[in-house]
Amino acid sequence: MKKVEAIIRKSKFSNVKKALHEVGVNFFSYWDVTGLGNEKEGHVYRGVSYSTSDIQRRYLSIVVNDDFEEVTIKAILAAASTGEVGDGKIFVSQVDEVYRIRTGEKGGNTLK
Amino acid sequence: MELLTINNVWMMICTALVFFMHSGFAFLEIGLTRQKNTINILFKNIFIITVGLLLYYIVGFNLMYPGDFNGVFGFAGFGLEAPLADGTFDLAYSEGYTYWTDFLFQGMFAATAATIVSGAVAERMKIGAFMIFTVLYVGFVYPIAGSWQWGGGFLSSLTIGETEGFYDFAGSTLVHSVGGWAALVAVYLLGSRIGKFNNGKSQAIPGHSIPLATAGVLILWLGWFGFNGGSVLSADPEATSLTLVTTCLAAAAGGVIAMLTSTILYKNLDLTMFLNGILGGLVGITAGADQMSPGDAILIGAIAGALIVFAVSLIDKIKLDDPVGAIAVHLICGIWGTLAVGLFGAKAGFDQFAIQLIGVLCYAVFCIATSFIIIYILKKTVGIRVSEREELEGLDAHEHKMDAYPDFRLNEH
Repeated sequence: MKKVEAIIRKSKFSNVKKALHEVGVNFFSYWDVTGLGNEKEGHVYRGVSYSTSDIQRRYLSIVVNDDFEEVTIKAILAAASTGEVGDGKIFVSQVDEVYRIRTGEKGGNTLK
Repeated sequence: MELLTINNVWMMICTALVFFMHSGFAFLEIGLTRQKNTINILFKNIFIITVGLLLYYIVGFNLMYPGDFNGVFGFAGFGLEAPLADGTFDLAYSEGYTYWTDFLFQGMFAATAATIVSGAVAERMKIGAFMIFTVLYVGFVYPIAGSWQWGGGFLSSLTIGETEGFYDFAGSTLVHSVGGWAALVAVYLLGSRIGKFNNGKSQAIPGHSIPLATAGVLILWLGWFGFNGGSVLSADPEATSLTLVTTCLAAAAGGVIAMLTSTILYKNLDLTMFLNGILGGLVGITAGADQMSPGDAILIGAIAGALIVFAVSLIDKIKLDDPVGAIAVHLICGIWGTLAVGLFGAKAGFDQFAIQLIGVLCYAVFCIATSFIIIYILKKTVGIRVSEREELEGLDAHEHKMDAYPDFRLNEH
């Protein structure tokens, strides 16, 4: 099993969600994060210009069976891209075990 | 009798509208500052309206309206005493309102002067020092200053040539500049917020709720219907309706011109400047709202709107930190509005302009001197500035041990 984590633009979230559903990935968690990156946002407040590198993004954490890894990544890559700096990152890591709390059963079946 | 009833009802409506302005001020002030100081600002605003009203009952009303006096300082005694005629309440007190209405309408005004200062000193002044300042300024300085004109003092009869009397219809000077001068002095003695000026360059410290600031400005505009409309001191149909027209047109022109000016200067559609422009227009028209034609009102408001943008930038350049733009709005536009009575409208003329200028200078000297003495003594005794740690972590956590939004996690800065 793999954990696919993605940091994406908030504006791309509904696209990504739809794309994940289309390839059969129906369970995942997400939360809003603030981070630092290469993108700088220019602002003006009461006549004073300033820029901030504090970037607001959405963080998705998806655990899938090995055979879903590729379609999940492809779906995110296609749905979250604008081609501009700041589109985000995807991280993939190994997951040792998964348990379903209700029944206590473990393994890949719990992700279906 | 019937006329008095109608007049008095209008005056009580206006009293309620001026009261509502305190929520406008509170919203504007918390909107344009950081969330970590929200409780502190609301606390100050609530303190001002409650203690301000009580002080106005105890001494303020009779300091401001002492009856016959020497024109500079008079006091008609503590508390309120209903005027009696043949043992019953005297309705001949005024054609426009009863004694009780008079007290409450003027009392609502009194607190405003300290509210203006509250915005300018936001995010760094010790709450205790601010409360002492408020008691002295609202309780004594404001009513004494007010007596010079509205109480029948020396400015109301100042004569140059054929022209008699300083003119300040609803308080461009008596309310707004009186608060504005103290705000200027307080900001100077207090110093800027940590991080406002880095290496001599002004930094942006964005407010945490622009929707609240916007609501605040619209509430203030609504409140101004009472502030200016009630200053007619009766429900006179022509005077009240003209006053509301000039008030609203000046507000609109102030907003539009401030928006255009800041857009041209900074290539950015800045809502906060738009909002300050509306307030500038309102403060500007306040001194002559019943003397102007609609065209005059638009011109006065428009000039106030442009002044706001340049004043905000000037105050930044001389390293004074005024988080909500109180000095630009209330002091600069207050002076402008007072002088405008000598330039536009029914009273325009050189002699009137000279009288207006003398009036502005008298208030400048008195307000700068009194607020400097009060705040300087506070600075040398109890201290006026919170510690660096308190300022960085927020006044809410240290002065009040409360969180304005306990169930929301917001970006701290």
